[in-house]
Amino acid sequence: MVEFSVWDIVRNLGLAARWTIVLSLVAFVGGAVFGLALLFARIGSRRTGKLLVAGYVQLFQGTPLLMQLFLFYFGLAALGLPTSAWTAAALCLTLYASAFLAEIWRGCVDAVPRGQWDAAKSIGLSFVQQLRLVILPQAARISVAPTVGFLVQVVKGTALASIIGFVELTKAAQMIANATFKPFVVYTVVALFYFALCYPISWWSKRLEARLAVGGR
Amino acid sequence: MAIALDFSAVVSEWPLLVKGVAWTLGLTAVSAVLGGLIGVSCAWLRLHARSWISGIVSAYVEAIRNTPFIVQLFFIFFGLPAAGVKLTPETASVFAMSINLGAYATEIVRAGLQATPLGQIDAAKALGLSQLQMFRLVVLPPALAKVWPALVSQLIIVMLGSAVCGQISTEELSYAANLIQSRNFRAFESFIIAASIYLMLAISLRRTLMWFGPRFLFGRGLAHG
Repeated sequence: MVEFSVWDIVRNLGLAARWTIVLSLVAFVGGAVFGLALLFARIGSRRTGKLLVAGYVQLFQGTPLLMQLFLFYFGLAALGLPTSAWTAAALCLTLYASAFLAEIWRGCVDAVPRGQWDAAKSIGLSFVQQLRLVILPQAARISVAPTVGFLVQVVKGTALASIIGFVELTKAAQMIANATFKPFVVYTVVALFYFALCYPISWWSKRLEARLAVGGR
Repeated sequence: MAIALDFSAVVSEWPLLVKGVAWTLGLTAVSAVLGGLIGVSCAWLRLHARSWISGIVSAYVEAIRNTPFIVQLFFIFFGLPAAGVKLTPETASVFAMSINLGAYATEIVRAGLQATPLGQIDAAKALGLSQLQMFRLVVLPPALAKVWPALVSQLIIVMLGSAVCGQISTEELSYAANLIQSRNFRAFESFIIAASIYLMLAISLRRTLMWFGPRFLFGRGLAHG
């Protein structure tokens, strides 16, 4: 039998952490792109667009991420599409992130005073121009801190991909714990890994928020 | 390829689903009470205790907020027995959920406490209230009223997060869904139904608590204050 030292545990979890990082980045970037599209539909003038996006957000925010992962995992297969734990997890987390980001950003757009819209309209800007030149630059400033904060949620969310069999940090921890019979050490180390990934982001988000509070608008 | 959905195979297993819902709600209720108590106590400690105690509290809050719930749960259920603490799946789930909710609630309640106007504290002191009376009667109720929506949202996040507890064989709703799909291979249908039930639970829990809070926990007049 192979002996696993604490260093072996750390080293192997370190290798698995790469997958946690890759999955987080894919979901966050993909979610941001799709979330932006959702945001435009949400603040646009069409009622159906608004309602559809509101429903979409409610679905993702009102059901467990785990159920969503299972639905994607089994749903893609039921549709006859080739599926793997990676495809299901990446797609599901991307859409999950898009729903949350669209909602966060809508809050930021709402936080821009109504008068700004009116002023932009009164100088003859079109809807798209109002958004691009007046509203979004102001909303973007407010949105940085909560968006960075949400990245922490995404990193933690990737841990659930372990349940549909994607080997990232948590899955690797389970496998190593089962092989070494050292669950206490393994789960402590894996928690430290997540902390090392998430704490700097939380700290950064908090700093951005504090700076905005001092700077005012 | 066409998919034929067959929900009847899942619906016919309704007793399992009912049991699952009961467990999910039960776990959530107990964690709400324990997590709420942890949150209020830790928020108080963070603002009033000596610096080393408040340091421990903030270490707890940061440790929980920056690690995934599933890792916390696995640490408690699989890790602690190696250190001599053995827990049943249900107890481990309640522990994990309460500790998790407690950390987030600490931050939320603290924000509410800090928003108390200083004049109210002076007024309470002038009335001769003790520290504890002042906290319980003057400071806490308006603070809770202010942050109630955020607390309710956090509890719903914990309720949805409890789906993970099925992984350590706590027989809550997602466990029931898994059991049903392992019996009839209707995985997609089974998880659609479970997810819809979660959605209904989330919506009705929010409604209920938004009604319950102002009515029983703090005065109605404070609800939007």
